[in-house]
Amino acid sequence: MADHHGAYCIDRPDFGSLFSALKKRGYSLVGPTVQDGAIVFDEIEAVDDLPEGWTDEQDAGTYRIRKRDDKALFGFNSGPHSWKKFLYPSETKLWSARRTEDGFEIEEGEKTIPQYAFIGVHPCDLRAIEIQDKIFMAPDTADPRYGRKREAAFVIALNCGQASKTCFCTSMGTGPRAESGFDIALTEIMGEGYHYFLAESGSERGHDVLRESGCRSAADIDFESAAKVSRQAVDGQIRAIDTNGIKEMLYRNYENKHWEDVAERCMSCANCTLVCPTCFCSKTEDEMSLDGEIADRWRYWDSCFTLDFSYIHGGTIRQTIRSRYRQWMTHKLAAWYDQFGSSGCVGCGRCIAWCPVGIDITAEVKALRESEGGKKNG
Amino acid sequence: MADKPKLAIWKFSSCDGCQLTLLDCEDELLSVVGAVDVAYFVEASRETKPGPYDVSLVEGSITTPHEAELIQQVRKDSKFLVSIGACATGGGIQALKNYADVSDYINTVYATPEYISTLDKATPISDHVQVDFELRGCPIDKGQLLEVVNALLYNRRPNIPTHSVCIECKRRFTPCVMVRGIPCLGPVTQAGCGAICPAHERGCYGCFGPMETPNAASLGQWLLDKGMISEGDLVRLFRTFNSDAPAFRDASIHFEKEVQRDG
Repeated sequence: MADHHGAYCIDRPDFGSLFSALKKRGYSLVGPTVQDGAIVFDEIEAVDDLPEGWTDEQDAGTYRIRKRDDKALFGFNSGPHSWKKFLYPSETKLWSARRTEDGFEIEEGEKTIPQYAFIGVHPCDLRAIEIQDKIFMAPDTADPRYGRKREAAFVIALNCGQASKTCFCTSMGTGPRAESGFDIALTEIMGEGYHYFLAESGSERGHDVLRESGCRSAADIDFESAAKVSRQAVDGQIRAIDTNGIKEMLYRNYENKHWEDVAERCMSCANCTLVCPTCFCSKTEDEMSLDGEIADRWRYWDSCFTLDFSYIHGGTIRQTIRSRYRQWMTHKLAAWYDQFGSSGCVGCGRCIAWCPVGIDITAEVKALRESEGGKKNG
Repeated sequence: MADKPKLAIWKFSSCDGCQLTLLDCEDELLSVVGAVDVAYFVEASRETKPGPYDVSLVEGSITTPHEAELIQQVRKDSKFLVSIGACATGGGIQALKNYADVSDYINTVYATPEYISTLDKATPISDHVQVDFELRGCPIDKGQLLEVVNALLYNRRPNIPTHSVCIECKRRFTPCVMVRGIPCLGPVTQAGCGAICPAHERGCYGCFGPMETPNAASLGQWLLDKGMISEGDLVRLFRTFNSDAPAFRDASIHFEKEVQRDG
């Protein structure tokens, strides 16, 4: 038997013990839950808050939830929220300034740092968090707010057992199994008469929590079952991006006519960027009291799809929707390699499902490649 | 600050809802009154002061010959003119008459049509005079109104976004209603309301008018292709409070032609 040190099996009825162990350590639990007709991420209290027996059906521009035939706790794929909701909130008060007799006083906007336990982070999202770490925790451009939350966070990954129509993680090399970057990785295993989780620890603190909540050590057969679960998620994927030479392909297609075709459909509404788990753009605004005594500086999520985003002295650089869509996609799939050493896309498929008119990044890449007539591969 | 800036509030064809927003400021109302000299606001005070005014807030659309003359005078008397609300910026609900024969309406509705003096079309203020800033909405948002007053007081650019409502939905984490099957004008409508309707499982009905660089044709075509709306309802979707805003007007005419083509 192989050595499965640090791996345990938690039976479904005992799953709550994981929650108790985390709560005891002072974590606020954050995980998937059913809200507003979607499976969203929010603060949760108990196993009962998880989307037991729910799944999602997704396609380009479409998302629905429906009941499953079983009682899986994690039988769904990416939803409208990503974990940046917590690590990089959409609205952050950076600081407050109050006028004093001889100048002004500054007060930090964020006084307490929440200590989150993220429950059920899909491998694509785990990779997205790692990508945002590179952005917000880079030595010379660090955002201390992000760093403090990130370092405090306990991460429970969830290896996918299914793929929605919008998933394409295998082509991006980000899933459907988590390899690293977690404290605990779960695989939900169920069948006739059994329902349990294979729980692998990825850190010492993860191991501690499991020792406290794990029921039995994992055996070879549990890993075999988990591999089967992962295979279902691989086999279920119908979308893919051919990443072979994608950077060069996009760089040489700045003037491709296909951008016009996308621009006819794209509404520059910015949904794709805001559901994207790696998009990180923001803007800052000052809010003042009418008497001019108090000024608050806020940071808001922003998007490269707005006119203001590329506004510099003299006007907006990216006037056309064509130029804005091209900017987003070329940055995400090409310039990101130059800037951060990897693709900016993790294949979660959110931009496909949550585009109100169903623009599909995988189809647009394919169309650009096909427009080259297969002459240039890579 | 030196002298308090003189503020005037004007009403053209409208329901008064937007100027009432100023009175609705409640907690902030006293600060506003403290910061500006409310010189002309007949909804709030019978005491009026003559122009010129530093800032004029103009509510309503131009719908009668008298209004077409009056707005010229208001412009002459105002250093900075802000049109407020869907009527002043997009024609308002009364601009629906732009798609009909006005004399038919007058003869049908009024017992003595000869008393009615009206223009063929109801049009936004910017069709008549130079407008320095537009504040959208039906009605306008209180926070946005205060932001404009504040920005004018401190001589800075107001933080009034012109992007889509979608960004507001996303910032409050409302799962997109359109993707879940509810027709929504959010992707082509200017933000500012805080995305109220989608947060209550309703599609945006576009009361803040078209956003910057709107692509209403794409939205409408998707709704039709997905069977989410009938052609007739799609035309009506674009013809509500901002039916004379160019992007919504063009979209409604475009899809009306489709209806006619399909017979």
